[in-house]
Amino acid sequence: MENFTPWSALAGGALLGLSASLLMLFSGKVAGISGIIGGLLAPQKGEFTWRLAFAVGMVGSLFLLKPFSIDLPDLVSQPSVYIILAGLLVGFGTRLGNGCTSGHGIIGLGRFSKRSIAATSVFMIVAALVVLLRQQFGVL
Amino acid sequence: MLKVIIALISGILFGAGMIISAMVDPTKVIAFLNVTGNWDPSLAFVMGGALAVFTPCYHLLIKKRSHALNGDKFSWTSNTKIDRTLLSGAAIFGAGWGLAGFCPGPAMASIGGGSTTIFIFIISMLIGIVLAKQYLQGRLPFIGRRKKGCAV
Repeated sequence: MENFTPWSALAGGALLGLSASLLMLFSGKVAGISGIIGGLLAPQKGEFTWRLAFAVGMVGSLFLLKPFSIDLPDLVSQPSVYIILAGLLVGFGTRLGNGCTSGHGIIGLGRFSKRSIAATSVFMIVAALVVLLRQQFGVL
Repeated sequence: MLKVIIALISGILFGAGMIISAMVDPTKVIAFLNVTGNWDPSLAFVMGGALAVFTPCYHLLIKKRSHALNGDKFSWTSNTKIDRTLLSGAAIFGAGWGLAGFCPGPAMASIGGGSTTIFIFIISMLIGIVLAKQYLQGRLPFIGRRKKGCAV
């Protein structure tokens, strides 16, 4: 528990909630990141520009935070094959399951959606199992 | 135009939230998922903070409205069925998330760092998304046809 950071986690989380509320209240859109990326790959009329603007904002946020000495962490290097496999699974799974940690984990849970409660439970449990296999049993 | 500006502001808030909360740190994500090991519960507070803001906003401000402030319809799905497609998708996503500690939001917020790892992850994720669309439309060889998915 030595790296426990509840306050920055709460503050960052509150920003995510604020973002999702703003986008939905104003324009009725779900701030689900996998859905936004998926929509950029298969553009629909009237649904492309706002998604692009959201994506630009997400990427740009780093440069707005840097003057306040907030930066990305150094990444621990992992074999590329894990990164590629992880990317494929995340992309495939989020489209099949219609959402990720944001769409299901924040907006869906906040709306008390049964689908999102089920999806969030499943991806949390499976992710924890994968970590358990790797960390405790040295598999993978 | 206002819709685009609101989306841009929401995107900035979302990206900032990902970075400030440390969701962008795969080590932190893995430490959160490592329930039986040296567990770091921080990321539960990210979800807690997000839900503490979004849940009341949704139930008190948004739910009772017939349309969004700009006149558009709300784009959530009316689908309430928990089917095999949803659950297998969530399981596949969970496996990928647990493997490397990246999910789509943090990966997007990390692009500006210029890391090759993030680049490789995002390209693979885009390929995964395209493959899923093909699969849902029954266009992948070797796997049977499935009905089309819809938004969350």
